[in-house]
Amino acid sequence: MTRPYDAIIIGAGHNGLVTAAYLGRAGKRVLVLERRHLVGGAAVTEEIFPGFKYSVFSYVVSLLRPDIIRELDLASHGLQILPLESTLTPLPNGDYFMAWGDHDLARQELQRHAPRDVEAYDEFGRLMHHMAMAVRPILGMIPPDPTSLSPGDLKSLLKLGKHFHDLGPERFHMLYRLMTMSSADFLEDWFECEPLKATKSASGIIGTFLGPRSPGTAYVLMHHYMGDIDGAFRAWGFARGGTGAISEAIAGAARAAGVEIRTEASVERVMVERGKAVGVALEDGTEIRARTVVSALDPRRTFLQLLDQSLLPDDLIDGLRRYRYRGSSGKVNLALSELPNFTCMPGPGAHLAGAISISPSIDYLERAYDDAKYGEFSRRPFMDCIFPSVIDPGMAPPGQHVMSIFVQYAPYDLNGGWTDAKREAFGDAVIDTLAEYAPNLKSAILHRQVITPKDIEDIAGLTEGNIFHGELALNQLFFLRPAARWAKYRTPVKRYYQCGSGTHPGGGIMGASGRLAAREILADWRGS
Amino acid sequence: MTPLQLNTTPFHQRTAALAQGHAWRRWAGHAVLGCYQLHHDREYAAIRSGSGLIDVSPLYKYLIHGRDACRLLNRIVPRNVAKCQVGRVLYTPWCDSHGKVIDDGTISRLGEKTYRLTSADPNIRWLTDNAGGMDVVIEDVSRSLGAVALQGPTARDILARVADAEVESLRYFHLTEGTIRGIPVTISRTGYTGDLGYEIWVAADRAVPLWDALVETGADYGLLPAGILALDVARIEAGLLMIDVDYVSAHRALIDSQFSSPYELNLGWTVNLEKGPFNGRDALVAEHRHGPTWAFVGIEVDWEGLIELYAAVGLPPQLPTTAWRISVPLYVGRTQVGYATSGCWSPVLKKYIALAHVETRFAAPGTAIEMEVTVEHHRRPVAVTVVKTPFFDPERKKAGAAGQRGSGAGDGT
Ligand SMILES: Cc1cc2nc3c(=O)[nH]c(=O)nc-3n(C[C@H](O)[C@H](O)[C@H](O)COP(=O)(O)OP(=O)(O)OC[C@H]3O[C@@H](n4cnc5c(N)ncnc54)[C@H](O)[C@@H]3O)c2cc1C
Repeated sequence: MTRPYDAIIIGAGHNGLVTAAYLGRAGKRVLVLERRHLVGGAAVTEEIFPGFKYSVFSYVVSLLRPDIIRELDLASHGLQILPLESTLTPLPNGDYFMAWGDHDLARQELQRHAPRDVEAYDEFGRLMHHMAMAVRPILGMIPPDPTSLSPGDLKSLLKLGKHFHDLGPERFHMLYRLMTMSSADFLEDWFECEPLKATKSASGIIGTFLGPRSPGTAYVLMHHYMGDIDGAFRAWGFARGGTGAISEAIAGAARAAGVEIRTEASVERVMVERGKAVGVALEDGTEIRARTVVSALDPRRTFLQLLDQSLLPDDLIDGLRRYRYRGSSGKVNLALSELPNFTCMPGPGAHLAGAISISPSIDYLERAYDDAKYGEFSRRPFMDCIFPSVIDPGMAPPGQHVMSIFVQYAPYDLNGGWTDAKREAFGDAVIDTLAEYAPNLKSAILHRQVITPKDIEDIAGLTEGNIFHGELALNQLFFLRPAARWAKYRTPVKRYYQCGSGTHPGGGIMGASGRLAAREILADWRGS
Repeated sequence: MTPLQLNTTPFHQRTAALAQGHAWRRWAGHAVLGCYQLHHDREYAAIRSGSGLIDVSPLYKYLIHGRDACRLLNRIVPRNVAKCQVGRVLYTPWCDSHGKVIDDGTISRLGEKTYRLTSADPNIRWLTDNAGGMDVVIEDVSRSLGAVALQGPTARDILARVADAEVESLRYFHLTEGTIRGIPVTISRTGYTGDLGYEIWVAADRAVPLWDALVETGADYGLLPAGILALDVARIEAGLLMIDVDYVSAHRALIDSQFSSPYELNLGWTVNLEKGPFNGRDALVAEHRHGPTWAFVGIEVDWEGLIELYAAVGLPPQLPTTAWRISVPLYVGRTQVGYATSGCWSPVLKKYIALAHVETRFAAPGTAIEMEVTVEHHRRPVAVTVVKTPFFDPERKKAGAAGQRGSGAGDGT
């Protein structure tokens, strides 16, 4: 008989895989169970249309912790992140705003739109650096509970308190503003250039059911801004082979560490005996036992779906009910016979190797939000587009291309619910809006995949289609993620842990939740 | 197509045609030549023996006009602008409210109510933010105004021959209006080389014929177009500092130790604490009282020491072929007491020199410290001595034309 499993990880999203890899490297016998036929969760590459590879859901990467890349040696498992250097914002008047990665070119463009912003740009960059430095220690830290009196929590809190004290009043006040203001207001304080403000503020609304003028979005803006401040600050990148390549690399590292990964193995429930998790039951009735069970799913699934609710305290159930998902994003993936020709910047060029952002003004974004507030998808949505095949020619046949379009807002709770017709209408709104900026787009489309929040839920298993396993809002971050008192990867059930994006520090392809969870689990094992 | 190019200067048509090695470098978002020839030696030599013609158009330039122009500038810079007469130029740094240097440049008084400020970085936001409630118009003329520096012992002769302007009598840090082959220009007796020299300011659309006029006339006077590699050697010899190399702008510094006050940059002479309120004054008053922690000094490498270090590995001393712009540690014994930020072999002095930040107690000329040098891949300390700057300060820099009265009334640099 083989050794029993030390741990079963439910869900082979990148976080589940990270946890598995770390546990495997610690010499533990680990089994990962994935419902779908492939690993990756929201980070997958699929050849939906022959010859064309789509990063079906998530499409760019900046937050992936460099310590994970180093420690799991992901480069040797095929991970290669290619730079994504510019963002083009086409404008309705035929002009454009181009945010270049190069400092001189960025200045040149700002000079053209709003000369005062040239200086503001440097100073804002510096401010974001300070704010990211102020928040960074929190990201790598097991979140302390400020209402707890346990020595561990107190020590962490004291450390945090000292950290904030050391920031000095100027920076602390700025952090406070950042935590409380809307991204639009926060950016108004610095910039004049409208498309610059709008494009930057878009980072503050991604994955939330909030508009750029909603308070609290300034922090979310910085959360994304943070990227990797250990190395290339705030650099967005594209994984060679698409986002799935990240998951594949982590899975490779896990397998190399002896981890077993089983796909098409959907877990129905966690088996609990005498208050302790002892294994899982699959939908096909199979039962697999293990010393520890770790859920990489979102909090609703982790607690309310996989567990018998009678095992959970009332306050946790309450907290989980209050925890908001409210998916608001969709995705359109296109196979193209040729690249779109943008009226504002015709022909091929470096701009197509960067992002294209449909965010001409704050008003535009706020109007897109207005539609969603009342249960409709945005007639003219915010979009963040890239051409993966321009960055990595392997993504499409030579001369042809794939286009990835992230879209907001598409409310999960659409009036009347999502139907096939509504999905296509949503796809049409996206293409019609884009075609205003690139008229040849429609005729270039060979295949189109439209993904609504309902699809994100059905295919990838993210509750209500929220891309981050729960809104990335201040009221559900840090010690409140996912719920007060249960933010430390543990659950009320002994030997049952959580490691998905619904735990601190939150969503995005970051891997931090998976890594911190592994650390806690290993610590508990050492203790027992 | 994407406009994926750095800005070019108004002289680009001419400079590009002369680029033997296509050695383009960046300067303030512009493409300029590091050197025109394949090596900058002769271009440097021209600056010290004939004349170097240097395209300095990438400088930021602001025209400040109006009743409160002087008030605005006086609020921004620590020098007393009220004392600057029409036709004079002054060099000055400027500070944030903590008395830390943001940028440095020159202020030219072009008329009763008109000034021109040059700077290394964009300053339009800083200027307008400081101009609240003032009767002043600030115009960014960075791109519409070209500038070329004519620097070297024959510069005056060239201008005397080609310019219709009062050049012979033009004194150090003064300016005059005139024409060159009919092209209206402003000529200031300023520069970044520490030599006799002028800067000529011209409307961008007349820059090319101006260049031609200077090059043609200069042919008889040893004129060579000179790139920024030659300029870099000359400015180090002149002890002139450079933003982003020798100090970090207070608008970009990230940690306390990256900020510098004028006192710490050897620019205390520009600070006039008596003139009334200006940005950073309170902090500078306090710093003046306690004395600065850091000093910016010249250092000279001990030649014998260098010979010995190289002799030990069987080589003659190796010298940097271009000016370097990196941080090099300075020691006393095992303790680091500072760092050099730019250095070069001075061809005219035949000395290895550098500009350096040292703790004030090591700032007195003659103080012996050590600098790290890398000798055949090994780090070694070499003896260096703190010296006064400028390292090279020829009399002609400030002197009047032959037969004219000396005109020392300069800028203090
Ligand atoms: C459309 C979209 C665009 C995005 N864009 C970006 C982006 O560009 N950059 C970025 O950084 N982030 C982006 N994100 C967010 C990011 O992809 C997610 O936050 C992250 O991938 C979540 O990873 P995870 O490992 O925590 O969970 P998931 O990826 O959700 O993994 C959970 C896994 O569990 C599996 N599962 C579910 N139920 C069961 C069950 N009962 N039994 C077994 N397995 C089960 C699922 O199939 C899935 O594989 C995007 C997300 C979406 C949806």
